Amino acid sequence: MDRNSPPPAPPRKRLAVSDFVIFGAVAALVIYAGYQVKDVLVYKWDWSRVLDFLIRWDPERQEYVANLLLIGLFTTLRLAVWGTILATVIGVLMGYWRTSNNLTLKIISRTYVELIRNIPPLVFIFIFYFFVSSQLFPAMGLDDVNPDSAMVDNPVFRIMFGRPELLSNFLAGVLCLALFEGAYITEIVRAGIQSVPKGQWEGARAIGLSPFNVLRDVILPQALRKILPPLAGQFITLIKDSAIVSLISIQELTFMATEVAATTTKVFETWILVGAMYFALCYSFALLFDWLERRAARIRR
Amino acid sequence: MLDASVRPLVEITGMCKWYGQFSALHDINMTVNEGEKVVVCGPSGSGKSTMIRCINQLEAHQKGTIMVDGIEVTPDMRNIAEIRREVGMVFQSFNLFPHMTILDNLILGPMRNRGVSKKDATDLAMHYLERVHIAQQAGKYPPQLSGGQQQRVAIARSLCMKPKLMLFDEPTSALDPEMIAGVLDVMIELAEEGMTMICVTHEMGFARKVADRVVFMDEGEIIEVAGPEEFFGNPQSDRAQLFLSQLLGH
Repeated sequence: MDRNSPPPAPPRKRLAVSDFVIFGAVAALVIYAGYQVKDVLVYKWDWSRVLDFLIRWDPERQEYVANLLLIGLFTTLRLAVWGTILATVIGVLMGYWRTSNNLTLKIISRTYVELIRNIPPLVFIFIFYFFVSSQLFPAMGLDDVNPDSAMVDNPVFRIMFGRPELLSNFLAGVLCLALFEGAYITEIVRAGIQSVPKGQWEGARAIGLSPFNVLRDVILPQALRKILPPLAGQFITLIKDSAIVSLISIQELTFMATEVAATTTKVFETWILVGAMYFALCYSFALLFDWLERRAARIRR
Repeated sequence: MLDASVRPLVEITGMCKWYGQFSALHDINMTVNEGEKVVVCGPSGSGKSTMIRCINQLEAHQKGTIMVDGIEVTPDMRNIAEIRREVGMVFQSFNLFPHMTILDNLILGPMRNRGVSKKDATDLAMHYLERVHIAQQAGKYPPQLSGGQQQRVAIARSLCMKPKLMLFDEPTSALDPEMIAGVLDVMIELAEEGMTMICVTHEMGFARKVADRVVFMDEGEIIEVAGPEEFFGNPQSDRAQLFLSQLLGH
């Protein structure tokens, strides 16, 4: 045979009849369930009242402004961004300490991880809120920040941290979330560092790099590529877990949704809408991490 | 070679090391003068690698002293950093950094430790890559190179630190047979230029060609020290005879 002849085409992936049968069965089940619920459930759907809480017309400013749900979404987004940054810092530091030879650092990081991982999130949040943020923040003078001062009352600050008068409230939420998720990130980072072969440490040390440079230039870049998938999962978990800080009156999406559901009594619409908002937020982050992962894989080759 | 200008570069006296209860190295005494080439051989588990890894403190010794270029090797971090800048090391498994290009692998050390500018470091790196005949590959990543090429890059990476001493830890053991010659050629060139070298290797051809002395180790002790012709031709100790017969036996 001619060596230069083209290779045979690869088999195409397509859905077979059996696949359509399965899809059909699932669809039938959903329709049947919906039909049943419709019979039993006497409920008047009304989306308009709930949608009004996304944006509203401000007659004074003569423009549309964000209403409760959208304001809540922005707060959730801020919580997610700052929480992720802080949790990453905590996680990288503690994760490195977990692998350190220094006994003190090992004890500190191990204690931190085990304390957080073995307490239910809700309980942790209450402990944190009543003992730390309601005692510590006033002691640090955070409650005395004048919400009208120019340092905090400007557009940049508002975009980054939200309303100045809610600053200590917001910081409590961020700190709480970051401390909580940081423990899980610590374990991911530890696994990543330990997955880098010993020879890499030796190679880096042998050319005379300082311990800091060994970590920054050689170990962490390789560890990070390996842990990108579980890390992405943890960041998305962080966004979803941000809902529990609504319990300590952080006015994020879930907190606002509770208010809206109570005011409108449109429970189904509110929560379905809020669920869709969370989904959109988390899924866009998932896509972002997907892209990052593919990029990292391409660089490594 | 009783030259008055001969200066000891490495002096190991009474060095001992344990792994837990296991005595890995016992009473090691060795002096390597500037410009000397020493080949260390012995059965696996005899402590050859451990000994040379103590010189740049990838492993810590527990007793005895090691002097490198007049500096005593201690567990103090600053001291270790100083020693490692003088001592290059080449590993069996290359240990190149897979997430960096060949060039970046080479310039990292000089830039971080010696504060060399990126441009100067690049010039230096390209110079050494030329010397190990691999300059065309500078932009590639280590996994894209063959084992022999990677090991030559690893040698170049060590040379970029302008070391006074080079340690080789079985540099050809992980290579395919056809790759070994290229690496040995580079090592021979280096030896001919007068680099002080301590090589853990079983390459007898290399040992005969460049070694001033062969050190034979077994069970954590130095058993025999001799010139290469003498050692390979007429080993004195039973253990060296046994080892060489096994090495040549097939």
